[in-house]
Order: sequence, then structure tokens, then C-alpha cells
Amino acid sequence: MDVAPTPLPDDLAALEADINAAVDAAGDEAALEAVRVAALGKKGSVSEKMKTLGRMSPDERKTMGPALNGLKARIGDAIAARRETLAAEALTRRLAAETVDVTLEPQLGGTVDGRIHPISQVMDELVAIFADLGFTIAEGPDIETDDLNFTKLNFPEGHPARDMHDTFFLPERADGTRRLLRTHTSPVQIRTMLRQKPPIRIIAPGRTYRCDSDQTHTPMFHQVEGLVIDEQAHVGHLKWVLTEFCKAFFEVEDAAMRFRPSFFPFTEPSYEVDIRCRRSADGIELGTGDDWLEILGSGMVHPNVLRNCGLDPDVYQGFAWGMGIDRIAMLKYGMPDLRAFFEADVRWLGHYGFGPLDRPSLAGGLSR
Amino acid sequence: MKFTLSWLKDHLDTDASLEAILDGLTVIGLEVEGVEDRAAPLAPFRIARVVTAEQHPDADRLRVLTVDAGAGAVVQVVCGAPNARAGLVGVFAAPGTHIPGTGVDLAIGTIRGVESRGMMLSEREMGLSDAHEGIVDLPDDAPVGTPYVEWAKLDDPVIEIGVTPNRADCLGVRGVARDLAAAGLGALKPLYDDKVPAAHDGNLPPAVDLETADPAYCPAFALRLIEGVKNGPSPEWMKRRLTAIGLRPINRLVDVTNYLTYDLNRPLHVFDADKVSGALTVRQAAEGETFEALDGRTYTLDPSMVVIADANGVESLAGVMGGEASGSSEATTRVLVESALWDPINIARTGRTLGINSDARHRFERGVDPAFAEPGLEIATRLILELCGGTPGPTVTVGQVPDATRVIAFPPTEIKRLSGLDVTEDAAAETLAALGFTVDRSATPWQVTTPSWRADVEGKADLVEEVVRIVGIDDVAPTPLPRLAPVAPKVLTTLQSRVATARRALAARGMVEAVTWSFVSKPDAEAFGGGGAALALANPIAEALSDMRPSLLPGLVRAVTRNVNRGHADLALFEVGQVFAGDEPEDQTTSAAGVRQGRNRPAGVGRHWSHAGAAADVFDAKADILAALAAIGGPADRVEVTRDAPSHYHPGRSGTLRLGPKVLGHFGELHPALLAEMDAPERLVGFELTLEAVPEPRRKATKKPALSASDLMPVRRDFAFIVTEATDARALVKAAKGSRKDLITDVTVFDVYRGQGVPEGHKSVAIEVTLQPVDRTLTDEDIETVSQALVDAVAKATGATLRG
Repeated sequence: MDVAPTPLPDDLAALEADINAAVDAAGDEAALEAVRVAALGKKGSVSEKMKTLGRMSPDERKTMGPALNGLKARIGDAIAARRETLAAEALTRRLAAETVDVTLEPQLGGTVDGRIHPISQVMDELVAIFADLGFTIAEGPDIETDDLNFTKLNFPEGHPARDMHDTFFLPERADGTRRLLRTHTSPVQIRTMLRQKPPIRIIAPGRTYRCDSDQTHTPMFHQVEGLVIDEQAHVGHLKWVLTEFCKAFFEVEDAAMRFRPSFFPFTEPSYEVDIRCRRSADGIELGTGDDWLEILGSGMVHPNVLRNCGLDPDVYQGFAWGMGIDRIAMLKYGMPDLRAFFEADVRWLGHYGFGPLDRPSLAGGLSR
Repeated sequence: MKFTLSWLKDHLDTDASLEAILDGLTVIGLEVEGVEDRAAPLAPFRIARVVTAEQHPDADRLRVLTVDAGAGAVVQVVCGAPNARAGLVGVFAAPGTHIPGTGVDLAIGTIRGVESRGMMLSEREMGLSDAHEGIVDLPDDAPVGTPYVEWAKLDDPVIEIGVTPNRADCLGVRGVARDLAAAGLGALKPLYDDKVPAAHDGNLPPAVDLETADPAYCPAFALRLIEGVKNGPSPEWMKRRLTAIGLRPINRLVDVTNYLTYDLNRPLHVFDADKVSGALTVRQAAEGETFEALDGRTYTLDPSMVVIADANGVESLAGVMGGEASGSSEATTRVLVESALWDPINIARTGRTLGINSDARHRFERGVDPAFAEPGLEIATRLILELCGGTPGPTVTVGQVPDATRVIAFPPTEIKRLSGLDVTEDAAAETLAALGFTVDRSATPWQVTTPSWRADVEGKADLVEEVVRIVGIDDVAPTPLPRLAPVAPKVLTTLQSRVATARRALAARGMVEAVTWSFVSKPDAEAFGGGGAALALANPIAEALSDMRPSLLPGLVRAVTRNVNRGHADLALFEVGQVFAGDEPEDQTTSAAGVRQGRNRPAGVGRHWSHAGAAADVFDAKADILAALAAIGGPADRVEVTRDAPSHYHPGRSGTLRLGPKVLGHFGELHPALLAEMDAPERLVGFELTLEAVPEPRRKATKKPALSASDLMPVRRDFAFIVTEATDARALVKAAKGSRKDLITDVTVFDVYRGQGVPEGHKSVAIEVTLQPVDRTLTDEDIETVSQALVDAVAKATGATLRG
């Protein structure tokens, strides 16, 4: 039932006008609260008027009741509306006050500033590839015995092949022997065969040393050795493993390879392996072209080496290969000078290094 | 090993092209390292005769020539050579040709008003030698109009191959030809090595005594005297071949020995018989005995070396180099030709000790064909007679030529087993036979006899290599390696994983990975706890790289210093690598170490608007080492830190990480005196963590314990204690934590204060304590009780008083 609004007596209309003026004038939450208390509080002006209802006759109450209740509701609404306005204004002021210049550069810190050396990156790449081919990683010490670095690898005493190794020696020991810095990672083959029965599938990355220093030689460098020993592994398997490795490592569709008969004391037959390439003013492009680039040495493990490790060469057979990690890093990533690898120049490391989170995986694409 | 194509064809009857021969060489393992075609750049130049030579009208030193180059009309050439004259036969370059010696493309020019349509060439202009005194002056009968290279026989490419140490037989052209013939690139021509009979038996060489302690040093020694020889320059064909392979022609007798060294891999020596006094003795040198060699240098010998001596002393260093005193000269008329066998290891040692790299040493130390010592002497005799005339005496051989052949039991199935190559037995046998092996196929397994020149072939695997090498490795099909297990085993050891992870963790803290030398200078090694005699290289390559490193820090400090000196002030470098405490394998451990310099902190590098820009300090280094430790799965929460460290650290700003009795690593500021000594920046902080010292996890926890997370709100309370400066904050925290283990889950230091209200020599350490109620909300009373217990415990452990 619609009831026409009861016209307010003049005094109430004046009161409402006063209160509305006060609400509008309230500049902040506290002032508004004071207005509310003054109007609607226990002793507020409107509340006082409400109290008069009890003393009125029923007829008077019938008209004044709705009038006063209407007044109270309207003032309440006005205060609420004013409160919302004030809150919105306050937020606007706060946002303005909190403005910063977002064009300032933040510091990105570790994961962006840090760098992984290309040698470590390439070692991680090697691990990812050979893990997928079913190999595990083996290691050996840098300081080796003559026996493990040469003799057990079928380097006869006094053989010119020993001379070719430019070996670093440590001082003679009390027993007349002298240790040396391993000239290749091949002693890890021996250590592995002496420790573990076939089948063996390992790669052995690590530091190697030769006392040689020029544009393309440093007295310390890195090699990775591979060894497969079982009862069947032959040159065909060697070709397959190395081809698959080169395709994966150099991230090329086709890695045509050339196996050239060669000589290493610890393999028979022995092969040097070239990969197809194109040479131009821009450098070397692998996997295409009509030129060849030597990348590694390989062969079937020499029967004498197997015997030296207690394996019968009529039962066990297998192959081994070795290549320069620094060299394949240079080929893949285009560093021009080997010596810079060991100079720790932060400009070089920043340029050729890798992000800490660029951990190579076959699933993620070796080099992104 | 170098030879020319025509030289090869002396031994190899072939129609194969140069390209086919080059490809074939590489395929069979004689890698072609270079081909020098001396003809190509000289091809346009023709032999020409100077018809007239007139003085240039405007230049005293120039002449105007007319030249007949066989093209019909003569051409006019302005020439400055002093020897230019009418009638001279020389070499003409027409306009438009490229002059190799000067790099200039010749054009028609006008010199002082006279047109010049070509050039008469000097040897230097042709790139043949440095001779530039005048233009080339050829014999009068040189055919005008013929290409010069044809007449000069320079159209003979020089091939250089790499010969691996096992293939001594290919250090002679004949061995190379034999391999090519076996590979189907022609037929090996027969070698004419019939004996040259002695003219009469009267002209015997001097007696030879073999007196070495070990007869193996000289198994056999053959000697022959040739009288009435006429020495002098060698004929052109021989000089051309020797020059082509980089040897200097000397005289006929010497050139014959050099030629046969390369031709047949038979090193020889010639003595002037008139300079030899008495009998020859092959003996070991006396200690300190001196010897003047043909290279003009005097060597001091020792008893490990074998010499050939006469009454005058040492005349030759056996198998390495002849002596000056008894060398042949143009005046030599009586010559002694020696063809001997020497011990490869002894020759190698002698050559290495004396630093002599001669062609003879190179061959003897790799092993020559023993059976060819005497035939080689016959061939040398014939060549000397041909070039020098003379009458030969009989060959006298002392000692015994050893039988170098060997019989190998060879089941032909070995080829397939080791190489995977499918080849018929016939093809395998033919290949071996072509290489000089004798194959007895009637036996099972085959009995294969090696030729005397293949001492490198010792067993079955070598024979497989021979067959595969010649038949073709390209015929071996790549064969997938069968998997051993469906899923790869654990690929990395714990240590290897830790190395990889430590690298990534440190790089993720903004550090840059360096790879520094494994060796450092002795002072650096000593300063960082090493430098012992056992780890000093006997033959270091440089003073700065003399000792195996005891720590990664000296290399990193040096690297930081180099970068700072290049203008990079704020640096953080790390390395994960091996360090050495001794020369046994177990003395090598793996260290992760880092150094920070300047404003390089984990949050960022350099000055920045967001912070005050303080330099990296000891706590950054401590954070680095603990972060690395945590990253590799180490007990970073249980590790003890003590206030001590090795002497390369600042004694007041360094610490050691311990786990029980085990030292895991150190961190701190590096010692300022040491840094000054190393010319390094004033303040560097660093750390070193030994990865092997971090215990391996007892077992793999594939299942984690259930999470216990309380629904009750944790309560936090702050306490400030006053303690002496010497009190470890860690001890205070430990005491606080231990006071109510059931309720207190965390204690952190949030403030350390010195100054007003804190007595001198003391500090205020403020901690925030987290209490986690277990089964009911804590009342004020509960909290009060816990607080009192905590204060009491801290006071008891550290003497602390609660700050009022």
C-alpha cells in the first residue's frame, strides 16, 4: 500500500537540512562520524526527536512516527553515501601518493647475472646425450702413474708415441717412480676395466695436461673418453655411437663422418674421425659442405689393453674414443681462441657463458 | 713424409689421377696433409729468347728488349736486369699474368716513355728462390715457346702425408706405393736389388768390431768400400726431387744416402775412407766423450749412446748423425758405405737426450726393415757407381740380421667379429697378400706370416685393421648399440651430481664460473696451504704454473685481480674443480670456491638506487657457502660454524663449517697482508667447500614423512639480551631453542646493537621466538612460564642478561 510521504513539520525540515549540510561538509571519516553521532547517536538530535514519540497521542504518533522514521533513514543513507565518497577520495589520494617511476631498472640478481663456463655447459651436454645412450660417467685422478697413463695402454717403454705426449712429471718418489699429470683421459678406461666387469659403457670427461703452449695448445685442456666393452661391440657400433653423438651434440640433421685409419697404441684398428663441414670467412659450418674436419680419435680396444686389465680378448671386445671438450665447444659455439677459456675474463665469460638455469637436456633441446 | 708424384710412379705403375691417389692415401690411413702444385702459379710463363737489347733512351739502368716467346712476332719489353742481353734465354711473362713473387697482375705499361708489353722474370719473381740479381738465364738450347714448368720439370706435385708411428714402412716412397697398389690404385713395380759383385776382393773395408754391452744395440752392420769415385754435384733429376721435399742437395755421395732414406726407408751413412783410421768399432760412448757432428755442433756423449769409432775417436753417432771429421767431400775418392741396424729405443733415447731430430733417427726409432739392410746397400752401391763411377769391393756384414717375420694364427672370422665388415675370405687373403703378408689358407685357423717391414703387426687385431683399411672402412655399416637396460641406470655418482649442482647454484647467486689452471706459482701454493715438494712439477711450463694447486682461491684471486685491473670493479667468480693435498688419487678432492669483490652481492651488482650499495662482506661469503651446501643436499641446518679458519683468511672475519669432527669448508675475508702480497684488491671475501666432505645421504628418501601442520596459531615474542662481544650469537640462539623444544620452533636474530644503553665490550642481541602450541591455545600464563625458562637457559649458557 502506497502511502504518500508525510510532509514534515517545519522544525524537522530545518533539522534535516542542517544535518545534510553537516554531512556534506564532513571532509573525512572522523568528521562524518561526529555528524552521525550528533544526529543518530544516543543523544543525537534525531534520536532525541524519536524519544518524543512515546509522549504523543496515538493520532499524533500515526503521522509523526513515519515522518521521523523516514527522516532517520534518509540521514543514515546520506551518511553512508558520504562515507563511500570519502573512501573513494581517500583511495584516489593514496594511489596518487604511492606512484613510483617504474621506468627505473630493478636488479635482477643471480639467475640473470650468473654464468656457467662453456666447458661445464658442454660437459653437461655430453652427460645428457650419453645418459640417453645408456652410458654412465666415470672419473679418475689428474695425477696418474706411468703405468696407467702409458704402460697399461700399450705404450711401450721408449716408444716415440710416448714422446709425442709432452708429459708433465712430478718429482721422483722414494721408490724411484714418478707420477705424472695425465696426458689424456684414457687412464680412466683402465681404471674402469680393472674395477668393473663388462658390459661397460662409460664416458669420462676431465682435465688433461701436456707441456705445450701456443695459439692452439694450452698446458691444460679437457677431454672426454668413451669406452664400450662387451662381447659383441664392433666398429659398426662405434660408427653408430659417434654419428648419433655428433648429430645430437652439434644439433644437425645429418652428420656425415669419415673414418680414417690411424694409429693409437691402445686401439687396434684405430681411426681418426672427421665430420663434414663447410669452411668460409664466417667460420666453420658443420654437417654440410664438402670439406672435412677432424674431431676425434677412436678404435677397437687393443687386445694388449684388454689383457692388461684382466679381460680375455677372445671373449671381450669393444671400442673407445677420445675428443677435446674445449675443441668441440669452440666448434659448436664459435670461440676463436682456446687460451681465452682459462683467462677468466668476465667479458669473455659474460659473452660465451651460459645462464645458470640453462641446464642442457635432450627433452628441452640441448642448447635452447 | 714428402714425395713427388713422379717419384711415386717410379714404384707404382698407375693410371690413377692425382685426385684419386690423394683420396686413396687418406682412405688407407696415410693422411694427405698437403699437396704443393708448384706448376700452377708458373703455368703461364714461357721460355723466351732476347732478340735485341738496346739502351733505354731516358734511363741509364734500363734496357729495351725485343723478346721472342715463340708466339710469332717479337714483343718489346723494358727491363732493368743487369744481365739482360741479346741472345739470353729466359722466362717471359705476358701482360695479364699474375707474378707470384710480387703478387702483381702484370699490365702493359709505359716506362719512361717506352712501352713495355711483358716482363722477363727473376727466380724471386717466380717465387722459386730469393735470387734477384738478374733475370733467369737458361741454357741456350732451352726450347723457346715451351712452358717453363714443363722444361724445368716443375709440373710434379709434391705430396705430404702424415705417417703414424706404427707405419715406419711408409717413411719410404716404396712403402707408400705398396699400400696404394694393395688398395687397387696401380701395380707395385719390381725393385731391382740384385747384388753388385765386387770388382776384386782386394779392396776390403776396415774391420768392424761390435762391442756394445747389449748386442741388441747393433744386431748387424754392413760395410762396403768403393774406390775411385768422383764426387760432385748430383744430377738435376736428383737435386729436383731432394729440393722438392725440402732437402738441400750437398754432393752425390751424401745425396745418395738422403735419397735412399726417403725412397726405400733405408738410412745409410758414407765415410770418406781416407779419413778413417784403422778398424771401426761399434761401442758405447765414454762418459763425457765429445763428437762433432755433420750439423757443425759438438755433442757431449754418455755411455747410453752408441757410436762408431776409429783410432781417431768417434766418427759417427750410430743411427742418428754422422761426424764432421770423416764426412765425404767433393775431394772424396774412396768411400765407405754403411748400412746398419740399430735398437729403436736406444736411438730414440739418444736423439731425445741430445736434441737431434734427423731423418735417420726418425726412421731407426720407428723401426726399419731389418731384412733390407743388405739389399739397401747393394742399391746404394749401384747408384753410387752410376753417379760417381768407381770400383766396389765386397760387402762385409758383421752381426746377424734378425728374422723380423712373425706367424699369426688368424681365423678370418675375426674380421667380422671386430669390425662388423662383411668381406669374402678370398678378398681378405688377397688384400693381405698385396701388402706383403704370406697367407696359408690350408691351415685352420689361417697362418699369416708378416713381412719383415711390418714389425707393427703383432696379432689378429692388426690383421683385421689391415684388411678393413684396404677394403674400406666405409663399407662398415653403422650398427645401433643394443640397450643394456630399458631405463638408463643412475648416470652420475653423488659427487658428479654435486659438482653440476654446485655450479648451477653458485651461478644462480650471480657468480661467474671461471676455469683456472690446475697449477699455480710456488708462492701462491705456499700461501694457500700447499707448496710441498711432492706437488711441484719437475718440468713446469712457466714459473707461475709450477705447483699443483692446494686451493682454488689463488687462481680466483689472480683472476679477480686481472679483471679489476681491466676496470671491472664489482666481481664474483667461482670455480668447482680439483685441488691437491698429495700425489695419491685420494689426495685429490673437489672444491667449490668463490670470491666476491666490490659491490657484487647476490641481490645484484654495482651501485643502485634501491640500496646503499655496500660491498660484499663476510656474510655474503657465508651465505654463498651455505647456499652451495644446501643445494647439493648437505645439512646446512645442522652445520656448526666456528670462529677459526686457515691463515689465508682474516682472523677476525672468517669461519669454518664443521659437521662433528669433519671440516666441510671455510669462508671469510681473505687476509689483507696476503692480498697485498698478491697485488690483489684490498678486500676480497671468499669461501671454499670440499664436496667430498659433505656426507652422502644415508638412503634415498623416496617417501617423505607426513606433514604435521598445526591448526593453532603460532605465537611470536621478542627478547633482547646483553652479552659480551666474544659471545657467539649462535650459542645464544641454540640455548633459546633448546629451552623448550616442544614449543619453540624457530629463533632468529633480528637485531644486533652496540651503543647507548649497552655497556662497553658488550652487544645487544635481539631475537624473535616462535612458539607453536601443540594441543591447545597458550594462555598468558603459559607464555610467561616459557619466556622465563628461555631467559634462564640463555643466561646459563651465555651469561646474558635480559635487556631492560
